[in-house]
Amino acid sequence: MTVASYILGIVASVLVLVVVVELLRRRRLRERHAIWWFIAGLLALVVSVFPSTLLWLSGLLGVEVPTNLVFFVSIAILFLVCLQASAELTELESKTRRLAEQTALLELRIEQLEGERPPNHDS
Amino acid sequence: MIEFVPVPSSRILVVVPAFNESGSVADVVREVIAKVPGASILVVDDGSHDSTTEVARTAGALVATLPFNLGVGGAMRTGFRYALENGFDVVVQVDADGQHDPASVPALVAELDHADLVLGARFAGKGEYVVRGPRHWAMLVFARVLTGIAKTRLSDTTSGFRASGARTIRLFAEFYPAEYLGDTIEALVIAARSGLVIRQVPVAMRPRAAGVPSHNPFRAAAYLGRASLALIFALVRPRSTYRVDPS
Repeated sequence: MTVASYILGIVASVLVLVVVVELLRRRRLRERHAIWWFIAGLLALVVSVFPSTLLWLSGLLGVEVPTNLVFFVSIAILFLVCLQASAELTELESKTRRLAEQTALLELRIEQLEGERPPNHDS
Repeated sequence: MIEFVPVPSSRILVVVPAFNESGSVADVVREVIAKVPGASILVVDDGSHDSTTEVARTAGALVATLPFNLGVGGAMRTGFRYALENGFDVVVQVDADGQHDPASVPALVAELDHADLVLGARFAGKGEYVVRGPRHWAMLVFARVLTGIAKTRLSDTTSGFRASGARTIRLFAEFYPAEYLGDTIEALVIAARSGLVIRQVPVAMRPRAAGVPSHNPFRAAAYLGRASLALIFALVRPRSTYRVDPS
């Protein structure tokens, strides 16, 4: 590993963390959605600052090429985030449906109430 | 033993889900008014892009207009909620394309004396409605499976022509499925798994006023696949999914 690639790894992971924290700070991202990205950024930072942790862990798990462990963990995290997003989308859809139904019924109710009201209502 | 009491027609709500049906909805509404006197009619405009809402209102129906298209399931759940909030005892679904003959509504409602959910079945020996090919085989399979689940003979499980009693209204106002095909097959499974009594009544169905059913084999396969998925998931859902507050 050259000094340049060492620095590249650290800069990339710090960038991820900065972006996540900044979005959180500006309320563009809720904590529950940010947690996986935050964990990913932290892991990347630890591994890029101390590459030996990656070697140690892949040795422990029996992964022959340490980079493959990086890919495995990255894909696992992306998969979980996607799944979580799909589940939330489903929930949002069902809430939207409920709102749509409610609006339709409220609109009908308003019409009925206006129909019942005597036309000369300022007397 | 559960008791069933006959209902006066003022407690009947005919729900007509309509999506871009300005051509036929007025006739359906007028026919319902003529053949089911005293019943209220609610047309649920499922986000149509045409004048369905205005046409239905002019014909004399109550109209609930959904802001965007939710599918038959969403439109029907709106109808069931309206029925629940306004104290109706019976909801009858009649399609806006003129396929369902409102003259059969009293027969469906009468059968509610012994049941919670009554299906108007096309293949039960009345009328000349014919479906052929893979779609027909699929319907036969679903009929067989749902007959077992509902413990009563059902020959036409995808029929939208149905009457629901008070218990069913309470269940469906909350849990009427929105998924494609969920409104027919899954709704039956939900009702059966919730211990409701399901019956079928033979009805004559008219050919659709407009549009031709597809016989494309890929479409038929997709239909079979999606319907099977709907059925399987309806069966394996945890029982707690469909719990209604006893109130």
